[in-house]
Amino acid sequence: MTTTLSVENLRVSIPLAAGVLHAVRGISFEVARGETLCLVGESGCGKSLTSLALMNLLPSRAKREADRIALNGTDLLKLGERGMAKVRGSSMAMIFQEPMTSLNPAYTIGNQLEEGIRLHKGVSAKEARERAVYLLEKVGITAASSRLGQYPHQLSGGLRQRVMIAMALMCGPELLICDEPTTALDVTIQAQILHLIKDLQREFDMAVILITHDLGVVARVADRVAVMYAGEIIESGDVGEIFSRPTHPYTQSLMNCIPVPGKTAHGERLGTIPGIVPSMIGEMTGCAFANRCGYARDICLEPLVTRELVPNHAVRCVRAEEVAAINAGETLRAGSPA
Amino acid sequence: MAIMNSTAPSAEQILGPTPGQILRRKIFGHRGIVIGGGIFLVIVLMALLAPLLAPYDPYHQDLINRMAPPVWQERGSWEHILGTDQVGRDYLSRLIYGARISLLIGIMAALISGIIGTVMGVAAGYFGGKVDLVVTFLITCRLSLPVILVSLAVVAIVGGSLEMVILVLGLLLWDRYAVVMRASTQQIRSLDYVAAAQAAGCSTWYILAREVLPNVMNQLIVVATLEFAHAVLLEAALSFLGLGVQPPLPSWGLMISEGRNYILFDPWLIAIPGTALFLLLLAVNLLGDGVRDVTVPENRA
Amino acid sequence: MLLYTAKRILLAILVSLTVSALVFSLLYLSGDPATALAGERASQADIMAIKAAYGFDQPVYIQYFKWLAGALQGEFGESVYFRMPVIDLIVDRLPVTMMLGVSAMIFALALSIPLGVLAAMYPNSLIDRAALLLAVVGQALPSFWFALMLIVLFAYWVPILPASGSDSWQHFVLPTIVLGYYATPAFMRLTRTGLLDVLSSDYVRTARAKGLSPAKVLFKHALRNAIIPVVSLAAVQFGFMLTGSIIIETVFALHGAGFLAWESISRSDFPTVQAVLLLFSWFYIILTFLADLLNAWLNPRIRVA
Repeated sequence: MTTTLSVENLRVSIPLAAGVLHAVRGISFEVARGETLCLVGESGCGKSLTSLALMNLLPSRAKREADRIALNGTDLLKLGERGMAKVRGSSMAMIFQEPMTSLNPAYTIGNQLEEGIRLHKGVSAKEARERAVYLLEKVGITAASSRLGQYPHQLSGGLRQRVMIAMALMCGPELLICDEPTTALDVTIQAQILHLIKDLQREFDMAVILITHDLGVVARVADRVAVMYAGEIIESGDVGEIFSRPTHPYTQSLMNCIPVPGKTAHGERLGTIPGIVPSMIGEMTGCAFANRCGYARDICLEPLVTRELVPNHAVRCVRAEEVAAINAGETLRAGSPA
Repeated sequence: MAIMNSTAPSAEQILGPTPGQILRRKIFGHRGIVIGGGIFLVIVLMALLAPLLAPYDPYHQDLINRMAPPVWQERGSWEHILGTDQVGRDYLSRLIYGARISLLIGIMAALISGIIGTVMGVAAGYFGGKVDLVVTFLITCRLSLPVILVSLAVVAIVGGSLEMVILVLGLLLWDRYAVVMRASTQQIRSLDYVAAAQAAGCSTWYILAREVLPNVMNQLIVVATLEFAHAVLLEAALSFLGLGVQPPLPSWGLMISEGRNYILFDPWLIAIPGTALFLLLLAVNLLGDGVRDVTVPENRA
Repeated sequence: MLLYTAKRILLAILVSLTVSALVFSLLYLSGDPATALAGERASQADIMAIKAAYGFDQPVYIQYFKWLAGALQGEFGESVYFRMPVIDLIVDRLPVTMMLGVSAMIFALALSIPLGVLAAMYPNSLIDRAALLLAVVGQALPSFWFALMLIVLFAYWVPILPASGSDSWQHFVLPTIVLGYYATPAFMRLTRTGLLDVLSSDYVRTARAKGLSPAKVLFKHALRNAIIPVVSLAAVQFGFMLTGSIIIETVFALHGAGFLAWESISRSDFPTVQAVLLLFSWFYIILTFLADLLNAWLNPRIRVA
């Protein structure tokens, strides 16, 4: 599989009155064609800012730094705003969380669908229109050509999100970034949209980065997962591996919070993670999860590295081996299979 | 051994500055409030201490000393720091006493229109339905009337005086109060704590006084400052046109009108009261903007 | 959209009627209009004559209907002071006021909209602060004083413009500046706030994410939505400017409808006062109605239900 996007040491910082907020603190990852990488984490962990940083759409006060952000070999960091604008919408596209407000209320669907491809590919109005109809049908919107003349307020949330997806695909991007695409939708629609994204990925052979806070979504669509906490990726790997053998204490706690049919007994208490996320303002060293981690020791305050205990399964925990050993011992004692 | 294994947030994370401290910091850190408030305070003090500050009686005419220039011009003297007007009255004294008139009119008109507008607006926002319909219609009608024209006409018919101007302006300037209070009340009304109060059986008066009013107070203050400025400006315009406060009262607008014929020879006659008016209006606008910035920053314009 | 328009028309008519009643009743604030009209040294016979001539001896509501009926046909009686039909007076004076209003509006929009746009694009920059300063000063500056100061400056110290009269276009320069500056703060602030809001909206973010150029994002996507409230404000402000023209025309001795209003009021020329008040109000109601329509038309949510 060819690597479509390669990110090395991405940092995003925002100067505030109280100090500099280090929202994203040096993350690195890759996505390949035909592969879905899920960035999962709780609110405030920096995942949305990561996606905006990739597109260079951060708010003006935020500062982006990275060693490398390469899309199909092209280093996006070296592109000025003009160069970036050429890439946006054509090679890499993004869909957002709130379909209700992400479309301009003053223009028709057709107008908004067609303007991107007419700009990037210089096609005629007729060709743009045909492509728009084609994609609307692909995303499951019936009576596509009549929809073109409609305004956003005439469509439901689910329909608007489908339009957003069609809009993102107009120029045939190689990378699709989805920032919590189903969070604002009804549960019944969520499954449809996720299914749709997966289908489209297969058909158009795209690399997809999907950002979510919902482990259920991860289970459904991800090929690989990267778990973020306090601006860092603390664990990443294949989805099956991470779900069955979570290594980082945070990931383990997350899994404990979800009831699993068959495993979680009736009346059993669901797990919680005590404490709160530390402030990310100012300098931080050591593990960000230390103040809430049951396994924390003094060594956890030292600077960390990301390590691979098992091939293709990276974790950012100094005590990963000991934690695994403790868990194995407990599992043995409890007598239930992992 | 275990390090800071506390799972509870630390003391520093919980205890920040108190709301009072935050507010004070915001107020004194806001340049507009400080400048506007400062100027306004000076003018208020000027008005309050007028008998002590004014060197002369503002109505005393000294026909020998007419049209004396201010002290910074070649024929000026320290006897009359800001010169005298066309009938020899000391300009500094008239300026100082003029502050009283502007402030009095501004405060009274803002108060009267404020009461009218707030009652109408809160009633419309809280009770909705027919009350809202009637109030909105009244507001639309009031907005269709050109305020200056109506004030001029009324004053012309009934006669001009300080009290008349206050009454007319008070009865005309309530529209913005009504509009803003209505919108704020509607917003508050839909919030859960009002529903909770109703469910608990509180009377309407109680809810209005304890739940609604404290929360619309911020907006009310902002509008009050705007209408204060509006009233001051209108009175000056009316007096300038001869249909407001009547001579020999030292209204700044009237002073400009009286000095108008002499602008070729002595432009200070209009420059001085005009600058005073401008400063007062500037101060009040800055204060209003500042209060809004500090209390309701979402409405920043 | 049709229903919306119909409702608005109905509202406009109701308001017009109510306002006409209010305007009419102003006359009676002094008690007996005939006495007021006759003057202080009038005899009883004079007052009776005036009553008969102007119909003050009839019941109030009859007077009102007669007056209203006449007004709807453009018949306002004769001016006591100018001794000519009121309607002719007004028609004669209207062009000057309209010309002043239109040029002031153009001046205001040309000054405030670009400034508002720049201020929103570069918040807290020098130009943003300058724009806000301009707005704050404009709100605090009494127009009649500003007018006088400009006259002193440009008609006397640096004599390049005439101080009064309405013969040539130069006579309109200073009045346009004063009246236009009066409306500038509101426009500038509205443009700035509106654009700031829109620039941080989700759909603008989408437009950027599609790779559209900054110019396209600004003009096609952002301004199109931000301009809507400005347009309806413009219609409304035009009405305000018309009343502001009373002061301006009086200071600059421009013979427009505003000056006429002041002249007739200060001379107790009741028929003219009533006519001017009514027409100004009706004009304002029509403007608001048009503003509402324009607002609705520009907003697809209302236009295409």
